[in-house]
Amino acid sequence: MEHETLGQIFIITVLSSNLVLAMFLGLCPFLGVSGKLETAVPMGIATSFVMLVASLCSYALNELLTHFDLEFLRLIAYIAVIASAVQLVEMFMKKFSPALFRALGIFLPLITTNCAVLGIALFQTARGYDLAQSVAFSLGGGVGFSLALILMAGVRERLNLSNLPSVMHGTALSLMLAGLLSLAFMGFGGIGVAR
Amino acid sequence: MSSQPLQASNMEELLEGIWKQNPVFVMALGMCPALAVTVSAFNALGMGLATTFVLICSCTLISMLRRFIPREVRIATYIVIIATFVTLVDYIIQAVSLALYEALGAFIQLIVVNCIILGRVESHAAKNPPLSAMVNALGMGIGFTIGLLALGGVREIFGAGQLFGISLFGQNFQPWVVMVLPPGGFFVLGLWLLFFAWLAKRKEARHGA
Repeated sequence: MEHETLGQIFIITVLSSNLVLAMFLGLCPFLGVSGKLETAVPMGIATSFVMLVASLCSYALNELLTHFDLEFLRLIAYIAVIASAVQLVEMFMKKFSPALFRALGIFLPLITTNCAVLGIALFQTARGYDLAQSVAFSLGGGVGFSLALILMAGVRERLNLSNLPSVMHGTALSLMLAGLLSLAFMGFGGIGVAR
Repeated sequence: MSSQPLQASNMEELLEGIWKQNPVFVMALGMCPALAVTVSAFNALGMGLATTFVLICSCTLISMLRRFIPREVRIATYIVIIATFVTLVDYIIQAVSLALYEALGAFIQLIVVNCIILGRVESHAAKNPPLSAMVNALGMGIGFTIGLLALGGVREIFGAGQLFGISLFGQNFQPWVVMVLPPGGFFVLGLWLLFFAWLAKRKEARHGA
């Protein structure tokens, strides 16, 4: 992994190893908030911001914990950091855009349990990224997550206008759509796949 | 006198998690691990058992502590307790089966953010006595494992032509590679959900007629 440049990490994480469509991280908000474009965009931005903060903090934490031989505390420490970052975003949003705050509802605090955010922190540790690589990775993750969310919201807005058999409504249909999107994203596979 | 109805309700609670409120197929919770690790039935089983263990331990402990945890900080407390058990499982799996550990990778640690566990803790264990919480957690865990096996089994059968590593179709079978790739996961889960929605619809129609 050492030879990957920052740009490569970013592009791979956005496209060929997209967090949602290739690694199945963050599916709950992906299926829950992707109904409308106007909530999908801020949700993507909020999650990206939390990802960036979580990535930076967990990088620092990991250095600290490794220094003191406390690796078994890693998971608990990461979760605590992510929960605080989400709290920060929540307060910020409540102050500056109450309407948006209400629209996102329960999904905003649930960013804490978004596996994409914890996934970013865990994967960057597992792959041994340095600081710059971690930033590129988390930025790529955020952009990739937002991209998947916005694409999905666009498709689902169109679907609301079409005539479907009643059994198809709900999660089953969303999953089928996600499968098709994922199939499309596999076309980027030639760029290279991060493990 | 009182043990008979208690047992009956316990049985009901157990079955609720396995069938009526199956976490994967009915409530559609915990889908990230459900899709990511189910490329084979063996991985699915390992993941299911690990999650069940965490679920039972954390539900029982939290149910015992439910009078001592202040409401304001409950979520943080739950998360820390769950994370402790997940760390435990992480080390156990590493010790027992290195192959499984490598196959599941970071997804073992991601059990922490599995919505099923926090959901069960918040909606059931925090309000009920330890025994009831444990039975409920066991039911949910079994239901989750069955859900994972149903996904992993189908994906392994079509994607590799085998089940638990045993070849099923002989030499001439062309594996559908797409099934073990990410899109296959979405398709198979989507089809299962469709199947269950159809069952529910049919039952409804029959009752209506």
